[in-house]
Amino acid sequence: MTTITMTVNGKERSGKAEGRTLLVDFLRTEMGLTGTHVGCDTSQCGCCVVHVNGESVKACATFVSGMDGAEVTTIEGMANDDGSLGVMQASFKEHHGLQCGFCTPGMIMSATDLLANNPSPSEDEIRTWLKGNICRCTGYHNIVKSVQAAAATMAGAREAAE
Amino acid sequence: MAKDFGIGESVKRSEDVRFVTGNGKYTDDINRPGQTYAYFLRSPVAHATLDSINIDEAKKAPGVVGVFTGQDIADAGLGGVPCGWQITDKHGDPMKEPAHPILAHGKVRHVGDPIVCVVADTYAQARDAAEMIDIDFGQLPAVVDMKAAAEGNPTNVHDEAPDNVCYDWELGDKEAVDSAFAGAAHVTTLELVNNRLVANPMEPRCCIGDWDSSSDDYTLYTTSQNPHVIRLLMGAFVLNIPEHKLRVYAPDVGGGFGAKIYHYAEEAFVTWASKQVRRPIKWTSDRSEAFISDAHGRDQVTKAELAMDAEGKFLALRCDTLANMGAYLSTFAPAIPTWLHGTLLAGQYATPAVHCRVRAMFTNTVPVDAYRGAGRPEATYILERIVNKAAKELGLDQCELRRRNFIRDFPYDTPVAVQYDTGDFDKTLNKAMEISDYANFEQRRQEAASRGKLRGIGLSCYIEACGIAPSSLVGALGARAGLYEAATIRVNPTGSVTVLTGSHSHGQGHETTFAQVVSDALGIPFESVDIVHGDTSKVPFGMGTYGSRSLAVGGSAIVKAVDKVVEKGKKIAAHLLEAAESDIVFEDGQYKVAGTDKAKAFAEVSLAAYVPHNYPIEDVEPGLEETAFYDPKNFTFPAGAYLCEVEVDPETGKVEIIDLFAADDFGNIVNPMIVEGQVHGGLAQGLGQAMLENCVYDEEGQLTSGSYMDYAMPLAGDLPMFTVSSEDGTPCTHNPLGVKGCGEAGAIGSPPALVNAVIDALRDHGIEHIDMPLSPNRVWSAINAASHKQAAE
Repeated sequence: MTTITMTVNGKERSGKAEGRTLLVDFLRTEMGLTGTHVGCDTSQCGCCVVHVNGESVKACATFVSGMDGAEVTTIEGMANDDGSLGVMQASFKEHHGLQCGFCTPGMIMSATDLLANNPSPSEDEIRTWLKGNICRCTGYHNIVKSVQAAAATMAGAREAAE
Repeated sequence: MAKDFGIGESVKRSEDVRFVTGNGKYTDDINRPGQTYAYFLRSPVAHATLDSINIDEAKKAPGVVGVFTGQDIADAGLGGVPCGWQITDKHGDPMKEPAHPILAHGKVRHVGDPIVCVVADTYAQARDAAEMIDIDFGQLPAVVDMKAAAEGNPTNVHDEAPDNVCYDWELGDKEAVDSAFAGAAHVTTLELVNNRLVANPMEPRCCIGDWDSSSDDYTLYTTSQNPHVIRLLMGAFVLNIPEHKLRVYAPDVGGGFGAKIYHYAEEAFVTWASKQVRRPIKWTSDRSEAFISDAHGRDQVTKAELAMDAEGKFLALRCDTLANMGAYLSTFAPAIPTWLHGTLLAGQYATPAVHCRVRAMFTNTVPVDAYRGAGRPEATYILERIVNKAAKELGLDQCELRRRNFIRDFPYDTPVAVQYDTGDFDKTLNKAMEISDYANFEQRRQEAASRGKLRGIGLSCYIEACGIAPSSLVGALGARAGLYEAATIRVNPTGSVTVLTGSHSHGQGHETTFAQVVSDALGIPFESVDIVHGDTSKVPFGMGTYGSRSLAVGGSAIVKAVDKVVEKGKKIAAHLLEAAESDIVFEDGQYKVAGTDKAKAFAEVSLAAYVPHNYPIEDVEPGLEETAFYDPKNFTFPAGAYLCEVEVDPETGKVEIIDLFAADDFGNIVNPMIVEGQVHGGLAQGLGQAMLENCVYDEEGQLTSGSYMDYAMPLAGDLPMFTVSSEDGTPCTHNPLGVKGCGEAGAIGSPPALVNAVIDALRDHGIEHIDMPLSPNRVWSAINAASHKQAAE
């Protein structure tokens, strides 16, 4: 067991890990952040997606050893400072982009990273990007709508700021 | 007040805030003090005797607190996993019902059959210790292929089921069918496979057993669609724990689709063993384990024949089906290919005679049970494929042949034992044709052809039976449980309302839909209604959620309980308003004296019930809480017409879904947004079955599609935006909300629509049928074979 220290959702946190401990298990058990889920064991489903140093990664396929000093953001860190829902979170709620909610955290983390890289993606680009996130409930229809709407909201906010 | 949140409004879901912020509480998010972890060592072979099991080293491994085998379970006298439905075969004999031990004892019967469970301080320690267990397997030949099994396989999965037949069942008038065929002008025949599927809710199964040493009570936390049913089955039939000593709690559940209806061995094990090790035990399935331990779905092979007169009027339908049960009988497995399948073979058509025979087969594969639609997708697939084949043979348009045979007079008694109460099949077909611009399809086909693509359009007109009922009927058909629902309306002193429902939400949005129903009925704010479900220590009773029953049955129970609250409130209001009870009317959240401006608000009457200073105490008890059980009079019958438009690339065989046009009749609708979402999800699963998903065993019984690398789940890039419409339905005639259910329709109606579309696209190749899933390989192979055949001719 070694002690790993990282910045999680803006706060410095430490926890114990074995060499084989995965980031997702570290977050769920050591940090108590159970919003990040495990839906498969082959890195296909994306229920575990978090941001590490600003990029989306699958926390089920990432060893936590060697992550000392990393900056990690999970779904619990996606709300605004005042506690209100972040743009992507609010958009999923508004457009019924979730049903059982299990894939949702990973879906939101992944979609947020998409818009950081490509602020106005086409429907095709959204669908292609989300191939690493499986949803069994929605048929993706309303997830795509949620991401499109979030992109429009963010574009509106950028325009207003300029 | 209730206006924007009432029945018919697309209210945004109140449960979503916790889910989008990571605050959902799923079973694996729960940890109990002192908790241990279970790892199940499962059979790596499909069929073998267990000649010896050596657990000595594992017992000594670090962190291990217990190692259990089938012998321990037998010594403790525990029951096996029970089956909840008994089918009577065509000779009047009960089905074969072999024992299903919690841990395999003497023999293993499928890859994944649990043999040993290791309990340790951490999951990793339990798994490490399991590596030290030695088992000698006496390998036996595996029964994998149903057809081979039916043709006489020398190996039996169970000694008590010779020839591997669980039951040989039939429904319908065989003589009438035979004579109709004898006089038919045209007969269409088709053999088809309904491919085996894995439900794959995104949350893997998980359970925690927690025995309390002070009270001798047990709590089971579990990923279930029906916690009360689990409490009943596990308590009464497996562990012999009475209901009052056993709490089953299913918190947020990450999708079910049928796979979380059943009582599973792991639930019984962790509950029982938590007392043995005197600590809570958690088991969380990983995905690979889910593939070999969650009940699978579908897996039927059918030979169908349709007899018609010269005008294309259907005279009779005959079906002979083999249905896979897997190695053991899962909770509802025997009912799926029989009462949930045979009874739907009339479809939307006035076919006077239908006969079906179903042989249920044991094989050395994972148990098969209900998966979204359960029996009804199989019936719809048979019917809607053979009708399209018949239309092609008769040279008729697919819509026209159906119109010649639609049922138009309701109520309608089918020749397969059910009565449709209402419907309008012309209307849904017209709607589907309108939203798909069916009339101009030919132009689109030619445009696609100019790009080298083969465009096709396929129709499917489905009807399904939801809200399985009434209890007296299903009891006569073999159900070992009632199929009603319970609800309690607890009016709190200040007028807010807590609803305790026996339905269980695992994605369906009950916290929103049910609150709309109550808010609408009581005229109180949507936010003042809280929905509680999933916990047997809070909810009086319940039968859970499956078969699209929650609103039709659970919602009706809520309405009945609300009515009782209003009735009692009228008595209290009459006293407060000094009026006769018969003069009190309840509307818009007010008890009013009819014809006057005298009124008391709902909250004022509620407060009076709990602070009964000025109160009709001689006639009315204090408090305001009512419970109702609702046992429906009949099934509900959602129906609809789906048109699927595809393009096939003849070079690669790849199918692209252009759109799926769904016109559904769900009766009345409470929340259109949620209903559309349910249809979208059903469509994805149906189209997934038709184009991508396939659960494959090799001849030794090894599951070769055992992970997301090999089992093709529908991804965002595989599906289009859908065009759905469910307005102006015909209300169900026998439940108070006039609702029918919408959860499974998409998965039922869409597979034949897609296959019909692809066959239509390949019209110039003379291809009559391709079995699902229509993968590029299968489609290309069919095109290639047809081209060679055409070249040879």
